[in-house]
Amino acid sequence: MDISPILNGFSVVLEPANLLYCLAGVIIGMLIGVLPGLGPGATIAILLPITYGIGPVPAIIMLAGIFYGAQYGGTITSVLLRLPGEASSVVTVFDGFALAKQGRAGTALGIAAIGSFIGGTVSIIGLTLLAPVVAGFALDFGPPEYAALGILGVLLISSVGNGNKLKAIIAACVGLLIATVGRDTFTGAERFTFDSLNLAEGIDFIPIAMGLFGLSEILYNLEERHNQVHAPAKVGNVWPSRKDLGQAKGAIGRGSVIGFVLGVLPGGGATLSSLAAYALEKRRAKQPERFGRGAIEGVAAPETANNAAATSSFIPLLTLGIPANATMALMFGALLIQGIQPGPQLVTEHPDVFWGVINSMYIGNILLLIMSIPMVGVFVRILRVRPAILAPITVLITLLGAYTVNNQVYDIFLVIVFGVLGYLMKKLGFEPGPLVLAFVLGPMIENSARQALLIFGGDPTGFITRPISGTVFALIVLVAALPLIRKAVRRKTSADRAEEPVEEKTP
Amino acid sequence: MSMSDPARSPDPLGDVIDADRLQAELEEGRPPHAGPISQITAALVALAVGVFGAIGSYALGLGRLTQPGPGLWPFAISVVIIVLSAVLVVTGRGLEDAERFSKASLLTTVGVVTLVLLAALLPVIGFEIPSLLLVFVWLRWLGKESWRSSIVISVATVAAFYVLFVVLLQIPLPRLI
Repeated sequence: MDISPILNGFSVVLEPANLLYCLAGVIIGMLIGVLPGLGPGATIAILLPITYGIGPVPAIIMLAGIFYGAQYGGTITSVLLRLPGEASSVVTVFDGFALAKQGRAGTALGIAAIGSFIGGTVSIIGLTLLAPVVAGFALDFGPPEYAALGILGVLLISSVGNGNKLKAIIAACVGLLIATVGRDTFTGAERFTFDSLNLAEGIDFIPIAMGLFGLSEILYNLEERHNQVHAPAKVGNVWPSRKDLGQAKGAIGRGSVIGFVLGVLPGGGATLSSLAAYALEKRRAKQPERFGRGAIEGVAAPETANNAAATSSFIPLLTLGIPANATMALMFGALLIQGIQPGPQLVTEHPDVFWGVINSMYIGNILLLIMSIPMVGVFVRILRVRPAILAPITVLITLLGAYTVNNQVYDIFLVIVFGVLGYLMKKLGFEPGPLVLAFVLGPMIENSARQALLIFGGDPTGFITRPISGTVFALIVLVAALPLIRKAVRRKTSADRAEEPVEEKTP
Repeated sequence: MSMSDPARSPDPLGDVIDADRLQAELEEGRPPHAGPISQITAALVALAVGVFGAIGSYALGLGRLTQPGPGLWPFAISVVIIVLSAVLVVTGRGLEDAERFSKASLLTTVGVVTLVLLAALLPVIGFEIPSLLLVFVWLRWLGKESWRSSIVISVATVAAFYVLFVVLLQIPLPRLI
């Protein structure tokens, strides 16, 4: 393996400006992880206009820092307040808060920070080794493969996410439909523009993302959800003892592997892997009843796994150009804004972006370890800031930021429209994530599918007869059919169970 | 992924069932579920989007598979939306994943009105006064902060934005001063 591009990547990261953006990213990530309400997706969406002005390398380094930084920060509220800052820290609450009640909040935070660091680092090493291989494999992909992969990505994210799957897929299809607004690249025909000049250019990614992810979350939180401020538990010594480390060692190791593997799978990601790692530790434990009452493994495993998954979810984006989750869809959009098409060519055409981003994660994780162990007190103090004060400030950043992209008030109105749409979707049980993801992937899926049809001379069976696209289509059918199969199985088992007691009674 | 293997046990995520309980506990403060009317309305809106998309894209021309027209792809998506929304209309009435619009939703409505006002006033009188009013309204009435902290924070916020956007970044925001 030629390591000179990797080393060049380090020299990219160590440029002072890039280091600064990395630091800014992880600090912002820690902050929003600590503050309940705004998640990393919303924050990245709101900050997209900033990335417009800076180059691609610092932009993605900063956004990535926000993403994995939030995984560290989310732990703090879970342990101290019993309020998970992020969905991926929900399981940490059981044992983390129990430890805090026993006066061992510091130990929980320390172990979580060390676990996150190890999980993140293991995952970056995996990323370094695996990503170029996958990218090399994907170089042979043609339009049919990309069309198939895009559809699979949209379908997986819609069906793995929480909430009703039918609604998620409908949201995704609406996203695909919105992506068609504007001039058709093949025929030049104007689609759904209603003779509006603004719509003829198509709808920009930034206002959609800012509205559906950023503003909608602020509007949703306005309904008095997080307005009480709790006094956080006192944090003592954050350096874990050798005994604690020994106890958590296995959980950290297994959590790293689970997180890495589940993070790579589209739709997997941090939340699922933290649940899986916690469940595995509980199942393996000699005394499973300790879990929920302050087992150190119950903090170490999910926190390690969620950070490992956050890192490894970059693999499909950087190598195939398929975002593995909604936050990666934002990264995808941010790269497109910079004129960089994420995909297998990225590693050869933009090695500075590819290796710069990956290597910045080593630095970012070290910075986060420093911030979460010696400096944890600073972030604990931030817990006292009331969400009511932050909401108007973030709203103002969102609206004025949207304006600065093109110096158009039209963009502000777009953000408001999509913000209201996102709010209504959340209220009615539709996830905005699949919509944004499908919007990002929509043009690629459509163009690849049409190019493929041209290659096949109009014969759609070509999608199925080519080996790779055929395999992907088989997976698509499997993913689409899985909920139906599962429902059938569940119905059968519940029917069996209903029969059992009847059988016992009959002599 | 053995986690999602449906055949292994009736509830493969049984160990995480505590997570659901916790989630429920965390969501205690949330408004109650919306009834079947909201569910059906939402599904009907989605259905209408699908019908609208189908008609619009049919008018654009579907072309043939050898020569796909501009309307083919949006037409295909619209048909999927129509089918899935129709299923949702029929099966989704009993779902409990929607929240009822409560009195608290009025806060959101007020919030949206302030946003629209800011966007409308921005090109006319610059960003300072609309921003100040927006932050103040959000703090005082939507966030229930005290008069004093509302005034101090809103003035400080706008001043900080002025320094950041106008003085430091020199972004051409429409402004009074």
